[in-house]
Amino acid sequence: MAEIILRCKGNIGIMVEAEVIRPDLFAGKKKEEIEELLVWQGPKPLPLSEFFDVDVSRAIPSDTRPEEANILIEGDVSRVKRIGQGMLAGRIEICGSAGMHLGAEMAGGSILVRGDAGSWAGMGMLGGKLHILGNGADHIGSAYRGSWRGMTGGEILIDGNARSQLGGGLAGGRILVAGNVENFCGIRQSGGLILVKGSAVRGTGAEMNGGTIAVCGAIKQFSPGFVETSREENVLLGDVQLEGWFGKFTGDYALGKNPKGSLYCKGGLEDASNAQFR
Amino acid sequence: MTATTNNTTIIRNGHVFDPLNEINGDIKDIFIKDGKVVSSLTSAEQRDATIIDATGKTVMPGGVDSHSHVAGAKVNAGRLMRPEDHYKSVRTRTALTHSGSGYTVPSVYKQGYDYAAMGYTTVFEAAMPPLEARHTHEEMRSTPILDMGAYLVLGNNWFVMRCLKEGDVEKAAAYVAWMMRTHKAYGIKCVNPAGVENWGWAKNVHGLDEPNIHFEVTSREIIHGLAEVNELLGLPMSLHLHTNNLGHPGNWEITRDSLAIPSDIKPSQKTGVEWAETKMNSRRKQSVYLAHAQFSAFGGSSWRDFQSGVAGLVDYVNKSDHVVIDNGAVPFGPATAMTGDGPAIHDLYMLSGQKWSNTDVEMECGSGVIPFVYLKSSPISSIQWAMGLELLLLINDPWKTIMTTDHPNGGVFTQYPQVMTWLMSKKARDDTAKECHKWAYDKSSLGGVDREMSLYEMAILTRANPARTIGMAHRKGHLGIGADGDVTVYDIDPGKLNLNDTAALTARLARPDFTVKDGRIVARKGEIVAVPEGRRYYCRPYVDDALEKEMLADVKDWFKYYTVGFANYPVPEKYLKNPVAIPVHNAEAEALVRR
Repeated sequence: MAEIILRCKGNIGIMVEAEVIRPDLFAGKKKEEIEELLVWQGPKPLPLSEFFDVDVSRAIPSDTRPEEANILIEGDVSRVKRIGQGMLAGRIEICGSAGMHLGAEMAGGSILVRGDAGSWAGMGMLGGKLHILGNGADHIGSAYRGSWRGMTGGEILIDGNARSQLGGGLAGGRILVAGNVENFCGIRQSGGLILVKGSAVRGTGAEMNGGTIAVCGAIKQFSPGFVETSREENVLLGDVQLEGWFGKFTGDYALGKNPKGSLYCKGGLEDASNAQFR
Repeated sequence: MTATTNNTTIIRNGHVFDPLNEINGDIKDIFIKDGKVVSSLTSAEQRDATIIDATGKTVMPGGVDSHSHVAGAKVNAGRLMRPEDHYKSVRTRTALTHSGSGYTVPSVYKQGYDYAAMGYTTVFEAAMPPLEARHTHEEMRSTPILDMGAYLVLGNNWFVMRCLKEGDVEKAAAYVAWMMRTHKAYGIKCVNPAGVENWGWAKNVHGLDEPNIHFEVTSREIIHGLAEVNELLGLPMSLHLHTNNLGHPGNWEITRDSLAIPSDIKPSQKTGVEWAETKMNSRRKQSVYLAHAQFSAFGGSSWRDFQSGVAGLVDYVNKSDHVVIDNGAVPFGPATAMTGDGPAIHDLYMLSGQKWSNTDVEMECGSGVIPFVYLKSSPISSIQWAMGLELLLLINDPWKTIMTTDHPNGGVFTQYPQVMTWLMSKKARDDTAKECHKWAYDKSSLGGVDREMSLYEMAILTRANPARTIGMAHRKGHLGIGADGDVTVYDIDPGKLNLNDTAALTARLARPDFTVKDGRIVARKGEIVAVPEGRRYYCRPYVDDALEKEMLADVKDWFKYYTVGFANYPVPEKYLKNPVAIPVHNAEAEALVRR
């Protein structure tokens, strides 16, 4: 099964919830069966064909292996939510931008977005790979609202910027951002790695109790509950090599007496001048 | 089964377990007409009846939960602060039922359906702050199927404390009577007496004879005073007591001493209701009903030497005839602790670091909410699991015990079938002990307990005794002539009961073949098939006019301290769906007067 192409038919009004767009779910299905899969628009369940043309001309019908299933999405799906949610295997490529909850709770396979991803992409991710070539909105790779235990495995790559609460409650896996992040990146983090090549605004690592955050640019407003423990050069975080001198901070002491979170910041205290409030 | 649109139902050939009528698995037919159990039906009525064939099955009265937290401000606070609790626990709408969500704190509709699907037809909300009574009734009004009522939180009420300090029990009684009529409340709940008031000053009380701030009244005076008020008025249920130092290692002693306080008070039910026929006396015998005993039976002196303190408490209960307890079992898994005991929630926050909330209910009480997970890997949770079961298995007389999880504090009500299985099967307990921390058996006596409860005993713990303890046995908790036609038919053949297949036993207890409410089938194998509206019970105690006038003049003056006006304080009966007022001390001549 080489590739199934979904072509978005045009402007979508009320956002569509399409958790059925999953390569492992498409695997082994005929064109008609895929067209009949139900998506929700507001209170109405509608067939996928209401919003997409399904093209299976490049698919190999005899190949039903989920891990070999590919979905290529063409057109603007920034108003289509939950693409790839919970997927276990296979690959999705989105030519434009994707709506909210992209790849939420995915456990395997990969998603590539050539445009931007909406909020909550990779929420509670268990495994697999999510690559966003554009920007990510809020709560990327975060825990579900109210929960303090989020992503436990897998990898999220963002070539652009992400907004607030990136990797909230991160417990495992890693998130790499080439650009900048905004507020509360890694809030309540307990494990895993967040690497931000650019800068962060404030609240970085707030209430974190484990795991690692590295910010290569500046942190505009440093969290008060962090204490500088050392200065390190060319830090190696797993297979990620950082270059230059970094200040290493432990926190967040706002949470308890013996927090286990590590926060690396380029330049250390010079860039984080108001760090030691302890 | 033939479904017809008549008003008669027959449950044929089942093994009936009806302890208040001393029926222990006998094969019997149950006849229901116009919602009530009757001795027989005419042949014409039989011909048109809805017939349930219960051959080879277990038939019990509908389940009665005398202690659950299912309605009101703190339950809703739990729902609001826990979106993650609702995310994965969802019920979709059907042609008959509403949608709903929530695991430990489900939405009102889901609660009603889940209870009914499990064979329960009557559920009482165990803590209604007076100022939140309107909210509580609004939620109960929206809860489908179940018959309900709520206990009024009075243990730290300023007016009550002032009366008790002045030694004026009659005025306190007159006030409580007025409060119950005003808020449509069923019973009296007393939470951390004297302590919750101190919590307003970031303090607590830790002994029974420690006067609290300003009112200078002690826990002992409040427990005795409210128990006396309860029996002066002649309420259907006794005082429902949540003791001091809840959740503190070593608290079993203060619990035992608290239970001893009302031992001199004679139970006295003076309700003007019709009593359905029972073989046993269906009037309550206790003058104190201890809430969630597990949380009040901690041994040791710290978390390091923590152990079960159940043995000492059980010893006292076994020797006393004025006590009934519900256990507050811990069946492991997610829970949401919610209580009127604000400091206890703060203690849990200090232990767990979880998100939490506390509320002060002006001049009346307080409350707090915090999510909690009982893990099998945790030594403390494992001991608490053992303690919840020890309490029910070590108290010899089942008529002193009620099975609860203090939903959603120790666990969720949908885990009742699992708790029943542990009580019925030693193998089930041993299997779980192997999975959890070894302290479960090392720091309790549960491992040495061989008792396996019978279906008859389960019917006492989940039907007959909760109903009798809260004074609802005039119509609930049994299948005597005149009782409500609430019946559960389990797919369990008592003759072929296999206590080794514990998973199957739990599944059968969780999804009875039929739940019948007022003679109508409401659930079939877990599926809701009818959604009648339940009743809301409350008490209407009367006191002498002169005493009432004197008390009211005082209360009206007292209202200058309230943020709500006196006229806006009462909950009108229109907030209740199918209200059933239980007259207490009704006859003029009998009305409570100054002694």
